[in-house]
Amino acid sequence: MIRTTRPKVELLSRSFIEKIVDEAFLLLERHGVFVENAEARSLFKEAGMPVDETSLRVLINRKLIEDSLASTPLTVKLYDRAGSKEFVVGHDNVHFDPGSAAVKILDHSTQQERKPETADLVRLARLTESCEHIHFQSTALVSSDVPEIIADSYRLYLGLQFSSKPVVTGTFRTEGFRPMFEMLAAVRGGDEELRRKPLAIFDACPSPPLKWSNLTTQSLIDCARAGIPSELISMGLTGATSPVTIAGTLVQHVAENLAGLVICQLAQHGAPVIFGGSPASFDMRKGTTPMGAIETMMIDMAYTQIGKYLKLPTHAYMGLSDAKIDDAQAGLESGMGATLAALAGINVISGAGMLNFESTQSLEKLLVDNEICGMAYRLIEGIAQREDPLALRLFEGFKPETQFMTMPHTRKWYRLEHTFPRLADRDTYDAWVSQGRKSMDDRAHDRVEQILDETPPNLADETLRKELERIMRRDAKNNGFDRLPDIL
Amino acid sequence: MESKDRLFNSMAEAVVTGNKEAAETLAKRALSEKFDPNEVIEKGYIPGIQKAGILWEKGEYFLPELISSAECMKAVMAVLKPALKASQAEHFSRGKVVIGTIQGDIHDIGKNLVASMLSANGFDVVDLGADVKLERFIDKAREMDADLICLSALLTTTMLNQRRLIEMLKERGLRQQFKVLVGGAPVNKRWASDIGADGYGENALEAVRLAKEIGPKRGLA
Repeated sequence: MIRTTRPKVELLSRSFIEKIVDEAFLLLERHGVFVENAEARSLFKEAGMPVDETSLRVLINRKLIEDSLASTPLTVKLYDRAGSKEFVVGHDNVHFDPGSAAVKILDHSTQQERKPETADLVRLARLTESCEHIHFQSTALVSSDVPEIIADSYRLYLGLQFSSKPVVTGTFRTEGFRPMFEMLAAVRGGDEELRRKPLAIFDACPSPPLKWSNLTTQSLIDCARAGIPSELISMGLTGATSPVTIAGTLVQHVAENLAGLVICQLAQHGAPVIFGGSPASFDMRKGTTPMGAIETMMIDMAYTQIGKYLKLPTHAYMGLSDAKIDDAQAGLESGMGATLAALAGINVISGAGMLNFESTQSLEKLLVDNEICGMAYRLIEGIAQREDPLALRLFEGFKPETQFMTMPHTRKWYRLEHTFPRLADRDTYDAWVSQGRKSMDDRAHDRVEQILDETPPNLADETLRKELERIMRRDAKNNGFDRLPDIL
Repeated sequence: MESKDRLFNSMAEAVVTGNKEAAETLAKRALSEKFDPNEVIEKGYIPGIQKAGILWEKGEYFLPELISSAECMKAVMAVLKPALKASQAEHFSRGKVVIGTIQGDIHDIGKNLVASMLSANGFDVVDLGADVKLERFIDKAREMDADLICLSALLTTTMLNQRRLIEMLKERGLRQQFKVLVGGAPVNKRWASDIGADGYGENALEAVRLAKEIGPKRGLA
């Protein structure tokens, strides 16, 4: 039998990758990076790097970067809430998750954006749980009905209750790590159990160009020591906060991520790190940061190719759109993005459900994107040789009245060879008319209501819910708040 | 006379094409040849920045061209202003502005654009940078007797600090001393009026228009 080819797209030649990486090394060695976090600066000093305490600039030499790369694991493993299902983040494996962290939600009934509240976070987590092609959940919405100071832990608190999937999250404040870590450890039943079976990825964004803020650096250090994978989200904007050329932006991107990776390894040798990002092709007419631009996708595909060259797990924000409603633009940008990301073999692909430059989530779009992700998975499965010979035997004794449809061969393979989307319209015209001439968005909305009407599956059990609530209430109280919104 | 016109044309051209070095050199030459700096600005450089603005509005110029022209204007004013008579300088100062991205927010691309465009249009701008504490806005505004305080915010969470600043001004009895303009991706007209700001600009050029409209408290425009 012939081995199935995994379809793959690469944008850079080997020598181009080497040139970009070499310039990134030189950039860190000569120009360095600004590190606002004092603990990280002392780690650099201990490692013998030149640190300027006035400008906060740290120079990182090639040797330290190479050592750090060598001690970073090739893959990261995540486990679901029960600790039974394993997800390997690395190689060319692909895992989709909803784009985060949106501060608005598109309300289907009004077609207007509004601020999300507790009930919206619960709905989104439940829908994510139902999406078979979206492997991870993310703390995708920021709840406006709790004080801003506890908004980071509150997202995780709800997500862990209503979805059993591993979670992509992050802190909004340095103090946010502790309660969030405790929640994750509570799910696992202990700190060591969590270290053995990670449940979450924490995103940490450097500030372009070449700066690691106090908050994000602290997150890197805390995660490294707890065994939680950090996802490095460098996000240069071409011509605004990074060089305008794609190759120039890649140099900065790689340098920023490598600096973060070194911090992780200095904090804890062998700490899990994901080489990610959210850069964009800055729009020089509008002053906006289009995530659906083809050049944005090209930057993403290129830096993840470099991440693979460096033997690291990879991540990108793809499969999302800048459209304001679930329209044709939303479909085309998300469809292209998710497909290209899968073809590039990006390990964690954040974006499902997202609109409006990473600021809005849509429940309907999340379900549409789930179908896009399903198509992308089918694509990268490739074309298999199922039998030998491939077809000759089917034509033995073939007569005009012979039917393919009733052949055992057909029955055996059709569900494996072909997928059946739920929302995409494949009806005849008349059938579509008789069902009310609904758009994809309307059909998605019907499905949203249907899923939310059902009893939620995989709720966290009572004991765990109580423990999570205790941690959340204490965090709220420490910040001066006695009340939390009702959940159901 | 003809050579003077040619000089003015070159000045305008330098601003339109964003050639900062040429713009500065021409300004210095004008001073060394004892031209009236007032006339040089009015007839040489202002037509240039106006043309850049028109090209932007027609969609021919994008941000790199527009901002380069604005930066030329800023450089030229730094050369010519010291040579202006006090009364003329007053004429060219449309007002004093304190601008910054508000506490908790490190995003400053939009704010930088507005700051550039305001200085190109004759405002005296002090840019406090990003993640600026509310106190600093007030201290600086009082120190320089500013006309306008411009507050940028990209995040909905930090946007709340725009309201807070206006409340602080009220608490201290300073609200009447400064006009407050707000901007940033999550901000809109409704929010501006909700929090009692004096205006909201959708983009950098609109911010300039608004700032001119509100004008300095001295009543000059």
